[in-house]
Amino acid sequence: MAINELHNDLRTAVRELCARFPDSYWRELDAREAYPEEFVKTLTNAGYLAALIPEELGGSGLGVAEASIVLEEVNRSGGNSAACHAQMYTMGTLLRHGSEEQRRHYLPKIASGDLRLQAFGVTEPTTGTDTTQMKTMAVRRGNHYVVNGQKVWISRVEHSDLMLLVVRTTPVEEVQKKTEGLSILLVDLRDAIGNGMTVNPIRAMINHATTEVFFDNLEVPVENRVGEEGKGFRYLLDGLNAERILIAAECVGDGRWFIERACRYAKDRVVFGRPIGQNQGIQFPIARAHVNVEAADLMRVRAADLFDDGQPCGAEANMAKLLAADASWEAANVTMQTYGGFGFAEEFDVERKFRETRLYQTAPISTNLILAFIGQHVLGLPRSF
Amino acid sequence: MKIAVCVKQVVTRDWPLRINDSHTWVDDRDASFEMNEPDAYALEEALRLKEQHGGEVVVCSAGPPRVNQVIREALARGADRAIHVEAESLASADGAMVAEALAAPMEEEQFDLVLTGLQSDDQGFAQTGVVLAEFLSIPHATIIMEVQVGAGRVRVKRELEGGWFQWVSMSTPALLTIQSGINQLRYATLKGIMAAKKKEVRLVEPPAELARRQEILMLSVPERTKEIRLFDGAPAEAAGKLVQALKDDARVI
Ligand SMILES: Cc1cc2nc3c(=O)[nH]c(=O)nc-3n(C[C@H](O)[C@H](O)[C@H](O)COP(=O)(O)OP(=O)(O)OC[C@H]3O[C@@H](n4cnc5c(N)ncnc54)[C@H](O)[C@@H]3O)c2cc1C
Repeated sequence: MAINELHNDLRTAVRELCARFPDSYWRELDAREAYPEEFVKTLTNAGYLAALIPEELGGSGLGVAEASIVLEEVNRSGGNSAACHAQMYTMGTLLRHGSEEQRRHYLPKIASGDLRLQAFGVTEPTTGTDTTQMKTMAVRRGNHYVVNGQKVWISRVEHSDLMLLVVRTTPVEEVQKKTEGLSILLVDLRDAIGNGMTVNPIRAMINHATTEVFFDNLEVPVENRVGEEGKGFRYLLDGLNAERILIAAECVGDGRWFIERACRYAKDRVVFGRPIGQNQGIQFPIARAHVNVEAADLMRVRAADLFDDGQPCGAEANMAKLLAADASWEAANVTMQTYGGFGFAEEFDVERKFRETRLYQTAPISTNLILAFIGQHVLGLPRSF
Repeated sequence: MKIAVCVKQVVTRDWPLRINDSHTWVDDRDASFEMNEPDAYALEEALRLKEQHGGEVVVCSAGPPRVNQVIREALARGADRAIHVEAESLASADGAMVAEALAAPMEEEQFDLVLTGLQSDDQGFAQTGVVLAEFLSIPHATIIMEVQVGAGRVRVKRELEGGWFQWVSMSTPALLTIQSGINQLRYATLKGIMAAKKKEVRLVEPPAELARRQEILMLSVPERTKEIRLFDGAPAEAAGKLVQALKDDARVI
């Protein structure tokens, strides 16, 4: 089957699945701040979240290009992939750096949906984006690590069985380079919560099941460490390109959703005796937003192709994320404006998607940090941090 | 049990229809296509029957090369293999022509049961299934809402007018035209999509003398007309007339 054929089939199939979870489904969850349990189950059972898991481990062994199409279509349907995207972008860590035993133990269960790996614990309240300064420490005692510290904005912890947790195993003062001394632990949340780990939900602007997490002498078996001790930062960086591309695709999905809605509304809404879309003041911003979404999509496709081809794609992946997040935000704003007062009404879903797509300017990585990457690593400009 | 399902590719429902220059069909050059809805239900019914009784589901479709899209979709959902009677001339063909194109390769297969959709979303003639049954010399029943399979027989529930149903029993092989909504459609899984790549699609040429039996002379877009009626009299009286008109003339309540 030609690549394009596969992509089209995948798109059609995911679109059809998503059509059974209409706007009202997401709207109602948003009002209750509830997790889209049924949607995530359906998507998992149909195998789409296992796109990146190798075939011999129960997945479909596809690339980031295909995985990103799944997430794009979820967002394009009016839904929100945030409920389940982490499984895709954390996958690489386990896949590439996990031991053979870990891979064989966890991946088939993740593929089948028996286990959920949807939580990824990096951010800390006092250090934020400056990841290497994180304070959460894991001290080795015999066959266990004893973890103490705190994380914030850790999403889906309450809806996941496993969490990839980034900790310091050597204090930053004791390493030569600040990027050394970090490690990644696979925490079994079913054992951990209530046994050294406490989770507090954070009410937020969007329905994101996000939490703050406290560790008070949490014991994690040493065998749950992913990869070598002290090399966690490298593994983290290693997964970033995939994450950037997947997030870019979500933004493209949002952008397309907004443009479609804006066009529909601009054609239907008649004021001053003509459809508002006939006014260039309404039409041109929609056209421009569309152009930017489609341009961002090209960069995302290019980044995905390079990634799946095993070539370096740091520049492209970061550029795709920036362009796509900006384009979806522009499209959101334009759609808000096109809808006039009705954009603020919950029942049109524009305000919900507007809030949701705003996140991509900040998380999983903020726009400034992408620009810093491009400035420093792609263009060779002086480092600011 | 060896089951055939006939599927048709039609223009997607939300595609903005434009009529072609000769006014004989829609201009579908840049259209997107999908599986005809009742056919999707027929496929689902076939897959369920296979799950209950074992056997094989074979998708059969007649049309130009682009029809391959819905064939792959059917294979992704779980059909075992496919027969594609391929010819450009089969695009927008009438029911009899499609039935004739399908009949020869299907006859060889000796299916126990042939399912088609009740009608197509584009032409809506509801003829392909019944004409095909005639070509295959097997009994048929239309507008099917339930299928029960017994030894050498099927018992089926037909939908009649006004909420009435009819049960019919007949010997197999037989052909059934399936009504939308008979079951709940399954999703195509990612594994299904991948597995479809490896399934056999047999390309067959249509019979040489195959020709249209029906010609579309002209298509036109329904014109929207506005009609305003005012009801006079005292409010209660005018409201009464309005209600009557909504019931009898507009038939909306
Ligand atoms: C809804 C939500 C869900 C999240 N889910 C997760 C999760 O599951 N797991 C997880 O680990 N994290 C998660 N996060 C955290 C997210 O990754 C961080 O919020 C983000 O990386 C920014 O970190 P911060 O909030 O500490 O901001 P800070 O690091 O405090 O930065 C604040 C602002 O200053 C800017 N800034 C900082 N330093 C510089 C600099 N040197 N140059 C220029 N500008 C700079 C930043 O760009 C930002 O705009 C989530 C956040 C949100 C809001």
